[in-house]
Amino acid sequence: MKFLLVEDNKELANAISSRMRIDGHVIEHAENLRDATAYIETGDYDLILLDIMLPDGDGRTFLRKHRARGMGTPVIILTARSQISDRINSLDLGADDYVTKPFDHAELEARCRAVLRRKSGKSQTVIETGGVVFDPVAGLISVRGETVNLRNRELRLLEILINAPGQVFSKQKLADRLFSYDEDVSENAIEVYIGRLRKHLNPSDLKITTLRGIGYRLDHES
Amino acid sequence: MFTLIGGTAILALLLFFAIRNYAVQVAQSAQDNILGASVTSILDAAVIWDGVVEIDIPYASFSMLSTPMDDRVFYAIYQDETFLSGYPDLLITQTKDRDISFQTITHQGELVRVATASRTLIGKDKRTQIRVALAQTQDALSGTLDQISQNAALFVTGFFALATLLSFWATSATIGQLKRLTNSVTRRGPQDLSPFEKPVPLEMLPLVVSLNSLMARLDHSLSQSEEFIAEAAHRVRTPLATVRSYAEATLQRVDKEENRQAIRSMIRAIDESSRAAGQLLDHAMITFRADHLERQNIDLVALVNELVTRLTPIAEMKDLSLRLQCDEQVLFSCDPILIQNAVRNLLDNALKYSPSDGTVDVFVTATPSIRIGVCDSGKGFPEAELDTLATRFSRGSNAEGTIGSGLGLTIALDVATAHGGSLQLSNRPEGGACALLLL
Repeated sequence: MKFLLVEDNKELANAISSRMRIDGHVIEHAENLRDATAYIETGDYDLILLDIMLPDGDGRTFLRKHRARGMGTPVIILTARSQISDRINSLDLGADDYVTKPFDHAELEARCRAVLRRKSGKSQTVIETGGVVFDPVAGLISVRGETVNLRNRELRLLEILINAPGQVFSKQKLADRLFSYDEDVSENAIEVYIGRLRKHLNPSDLKITTLRGIGYRLDHES
Repeated sequence: MFTLIGGTAILALLLFFAIRNYAVQVAQSAQDNILGASVTSILDAAVIWDGVVEIDIPYASFSMLSTPMDDRVFYAIYQDETFLSGYPDLLITQTKDRDISFQTITHQGELVRVATASRTLIGKDKRTQIRVALAQTQDALSGTLDQISQNAALFVTGFFALATLLSFWATSATIGQLKRLTNSVTRRGPQDLSPFEKPVPLEMLPLVVSLNSLMARLDHSLSQSEEFIAEAAHRVRTPLATVRSYAEATLQRVDKEENRQAIRSMIRAIDESSRAAGQLLDHAMITFRADHLERQNIDLVALVNELVTRLTPIAEMKDLSLRLQCDEQVLFSCDPILIQNAVRNLLDNALKYSPSDGTVDVFVTATPSIRIGVCDSGKGFPEAELDTLATRFSRGSNAEGTIGSGLGLTIALDVATAHGGSLQLSNRPEGGACALLLL
């Protein structure tokens, strides 16, 4: 997916960007509202992540202005405020959702996906490989033309593997991406999800290989 | 009020004594004048004739002393040191020629006023001094004084009564105004810092003006502190978000398990601190708003539905299904921000404590009473702690390993109590915790 991140804190912007890139997303960063306007006018984004307190103005005012001009790109507000009245206010101004800083990356992704699904129903980045068509936003894959409904964790597992074919992921690494940090996750749980995904992918050329004691890898069998 | 009446009483007493004292002085000087004139006329009647002193006391000298009270008169006449006539026991003092001295003394058991004067007569080869003392009892004088005192007492009592009435009227008029002002201060909501309405009576204007200026300053400092909290939250949360995002990114790159463990602990600590900060702010906000509910008539179903929609992505992350069962519409007069906060905390708990692939059931009903319920499919509340879980900072003994501040149920309970309701905690027979907001 292609994101525009409007955030004046460079450190935070770098941190978010590098985390996003690991998941294979494209992300561009504007430090202020003036730059953001320039990016919006020239580029095409799936989603905008917008901070509220920016050096040259309030993100909400910016949003209202661009919505009035007909900008339809979904917007998720990144807010450091926590008052609920503030939250409601943000949604009224045309934001599609918000996350409160500091946020769980998995939550941000889940919200992005939910917003995009609500807005357009499909993403601009559909992956086609080995007889599998994967739409990460709609949460749909079709295997050899047959639509398969994936549960959220199966979907995220597939997304991780399909974005880096041939790369080995340890059980721990996968668990960290799929589960929140306060959940007690047994390694067994990962095996369950791998098993389910294997079954879905069975008719295709994509195979999940187990490397005993090391982890899993998505291979393309021709 | 009582100070005012007490003050009036003291003033009245002072007035009474002042009048009386003045009357005594006036009456005394009148008696003195007559006594003086009488003594002078006796002295003037003294002549020296061939070396012999002759005094023919004029009739008028005594008649001018007559009073309605038949006061008695005493006199004594001396030539040099020799007693000539009158009452020899009447005390007589030395005076200079033509000077009249006045004294109040006791004579024959009665209080008398004595005027004494002397005159030097010069005959052939002879100088002799005549001294005359004239005394009069003071019955008439004290009679007059009594009368004046009575009148003064009447006057002063009247003054006191009038002043008391006036002070009653003045205080009740002022207090009435104050009461109205007090009521309008008491009835205000916490956010209402608008100036007091005019018209106010002229006397109250300075108070109202200074109250209004206090309101303006308070309003200013409140909005400043709200901005300050927002700014402070921003300052704290933004770097926390930076650390968390970096930590998550690093976790994806690091392979060594002990390093990964450290990073995971770091992320958990960040989550814990930001959650605690958020809930402390929420709790403070709720305590503040609970005193003065800003009630609105709202549809609880719409409110809960919005929350469920908002939390669905989080439920999906854990492959949890979030099910909402409710009546078509449940109207309730409440503070929507508080109710929303309470329900959100219950939902947060349910999502946190439910295992993967579990179900969270949410329901809103109007019958038999208005209630919002959130039930999960987790381990349930520890039975022994059902009564104490909603206490501030208390966490279930089986909640170890899950991030929480111990304020969620407290917030829900406080909100329910503020709306005259209660929070009921129970476990489902098929397993899982149930929190019921009874409104």
